[in-house]
Amino acid sequence: MNHFPGTWGRPRDDVYGPYDSSYLQTTGPKTHTQSPAVTGTSVIAVKFKGGVAIAADNLASYGSLARFTDVKRLRKFGDAAVIGFSGDVSDMQYIDRLLESIDIRENYSAHGNQLNAKNLHTYLSKVLYKRRSDFNPLWNHILVAGFDSEKKPFLSSADLLGTTFSAPHLATGFGAHLAIPILRRLFPEERSIEEISKEEAVSALKDCLKVLWYRDARSMDKYSLALITQDGIEVHEDQQIEAQNWAFAESIKGYGAQTV
Amino acid sequence: MTSLLSHNPHTNSIGYSFAQPTNAGNTEHSYTDNGGSVLGITGKDFAVLAGDTRSTSGYNINSRYVPKVFKIGGEDETGKDAHILLSVVGFAADGLALKERLDAVVKMYKYQHGKPMGVRACAQRLSTILYQKRFFPYYVQAILAGLDEEGKGALYGYDPVGSYEREQCRSAGAASSLIMPFLDNQVNLKNQYIPGSGEGHALAARKPEPMSRETVEQLVRDAFTSAVERHIEVGDGLQMLVITANGIEEIYHPLKKD
Amino acid sequence: MGGFDFSNYNRNAALHAKGAPLPKATSTGTTIVGCIYDNGVVIAADTRATSGPIVADKNCEKLHYIAPKIWCAGAGTAADTEFTTALISSNIELHSLSTGRPPRVITCMTMLKQHLFRYQGHIGAYLVVAGVDPTGVGLYTVHAHGSTDKLPYVTMGSGSLAAMSVFESTWKPNLNKEEAIALASEAIKAGIFNDLGSGSNVDVCVIEKDKPTQLLRNFEKPNERGRKERDYRFPKGTTAYLNEKVFTKEDLRKYVTVEEISGDPNLMEVDP
Repeated sequence: MNHFPGTWGRPRDDVYGPYDSSYLQTTGPKTHTQSPAVTGTSVIAVKFKGGVAIAADNLASYGSLARFTDVKRLRKFGDAAVIGFSGDVSDMQYIDRLLESIDIRENYSAHGNQLNAKNLHTYLSKVLYKRRSDFNPLWNHILVAGFDSEKKPFLSSADLLGTTFSAPHLATGFGAHLAIPILRRLFPEERSIEEISKEEAVSALKDCLKVLWYRDARSMDKYSLALITQDGIEVHEDQQIEAQNWAFAESIKGYGAQTV
Repeated sequence: MTSLLSHNPHTNSIGYSFAQPTNAGNTEHSYTDNGGSVLGITGKDFAVLAGDTRSTSGYNINSRYVPKVFKIGGEDETGKDAHILLSVVGFAADGLALKERLDAVVKMYKYQHGKPMGVRACAQRLSTILYQKRFFPYYVQAILAGLDEEGKGALYGYDPVGSYEREQCRSAGAASSLIMPFLDNQVNLKNQYIPGSGEGHALAARKPEPMSRETVEQLVRDAFTSAVERHIEVGDGLQMLVITANGIEEIYHPLKKD
Repeated sequence: MGGFDFSNYNRNAALHAKGAPLPKATSTGTTIVGCIYDNGVVIAADTRATSGPIVADKNCEKLHYIAPKIWCAGAGTAADTEFTTALISSNIELHSLSTGRPPRVITCMTMLKQHLFRYQGHIGAYLVVAGVDPTGVGLYTVHAHGSTDKLPYVTMGSGSLAAMSVFESTWKPNLNKEEAIALASEAIKAGIFNDLGSGSNVDVCVIEKDKPTQLLRNFEKPNERGRKERDYRFPKGTTAYLNEKVFTKEDLRKYVTVEEISGDPNLMEVDP
């Protein structure tokens, strides 16, 4: 023993060489998501008399590759709400796990209160805001559809920065550019939600999905659509975009002088 | 033996690479600007705080109705019995977080001291909250309004890291550079002189006088209808909250939607 | 010789590298559309011009004349769309005079794309070219880099997606004139109300076979400004000044020579 207690019981440096402490390091520097990997495109939703309709296609892209063609991006939360996810699919699955544990805890709790869509939106927006404040964002833009505490239709959005807003019709991603103008035209502000029927809302969403399929290169023609009413939640998965019209393609010849 | 082992290949290796830069502390992806403008004017026994209701991201309109002016210290989420107003403009998520922090503080004050928090104390507290995040700021311009100890309208304007000042009027946000000069001229009567009151330096400047609530509301509406004409991020609706000794009144006016 | 002057290029590159910002051009962050119908073609545009987030012009003209029956809607840098269309308009006129034939839309489109390709995208003109010529109806888009497209309905500018959503959800083949005007106008309004870069009024241009071209300036005005509630006229003498110097008409006569002219003052010397 010498007068360096730190070396007591350690292999001698002069015999074995200096100790390589990198073996103690199990991880590299902490890294965070700086860009999403496998992603879902738009989610679109609209309020109607007595409920909310929400839809998203079933594609998960890996960059420009259409990687998974059977991914459900609408998630039911009990009988209270449907959450639509766009953005990173792994972060969606992480949030899904959070929601699952909340749902189980709520069902076992004795207080008897049910979380409504508004409560869920508040929770999710705070999760997203917390993660962005930790410089480790969850790369999603979500829509929450359901009812508030007064049983009025509720629809609101939250993004990866924790920004929240609500409107009678909402869309994420490319849908914000292509679907919102359609929905605002069909259901202008002057028209009260009470005048919009469920059938009208669904047909509007189908129109939007079709336009997105025509013009969004990261979309597909298979989709899921959910209806949230006081009677409960209906989720229709594996739907197909109908009445597609590609007839105009035959009339297009080239980009200039070409005629055949 | 010793010399052989001292050539341990791992000795100089740290086992991982620093080549990849990390995202930690990179604030580039942490903020966005949600546009819009707010403005506040005080009178003898009232204060007005108003803001447009458009929320933007890039060239898109997120929603045509997202309020930017909030009641602080109310009993429930409707803001019943609130006695302070706060407007926030800039990054909406930070604005909402700031509003909720201040609201909690004002509520706790009431529970602990058994009396409502004064607007002067609240103003100082808001400054502290903002400065606490000096190196990862709340990306907002805030305006606080209420009635002071004497019942006069009080208005405080803030920068994002907590520098503040009591003022007669203040505009913040996207169109503040359009609205503020208008307010300087019309509320504080800057650059206005009394015709024929003297020659050269002897010419007397017009003295600002307390304005009626009606006049203030007209000025606010004219400021916003004009800002809408020249700023693309301002529009859709005007939310105006007026605080008097009788409580808070909320008024909504539609604005152009283009 | 004409053309661009590049003599300050090196100086500007060095200034920019040191952090001096580039001057901000007025951009027509715009919605423009075009749509073919049974007997012609209609193009339309909004009337907002922006400089960053500020509205530079509330009622500008984005429909440019090329030839009597060829018109162009322009998006992108305002100066580039104006000068490029004016240049091609001149050349089309000369070409038409030289050939003794009415100009063709495809000629115009080809001249535009070759001009723009030569400048590799530095001329920021994004155009919708439309017209009627002896070969029929033409409708093209031309991008700043020189690529073109030929379609029955087209949109361009920052509001192109909003406008395209209208076409993709309501367009049908074999429209008549009124339907085409209504559709183009509806597409522009989608841009005006959903895209912040677009706003104010709708301009429409209808080019029809065997009929004069109609330019329907401010076809729709869905964004008129309301009356201001207060009066902002100042009494005379409100603005302070330190010095006063009055020039009378007689004083000014010292600096100019006045000649009385004979004959009709309304006629120019070239007039007979």
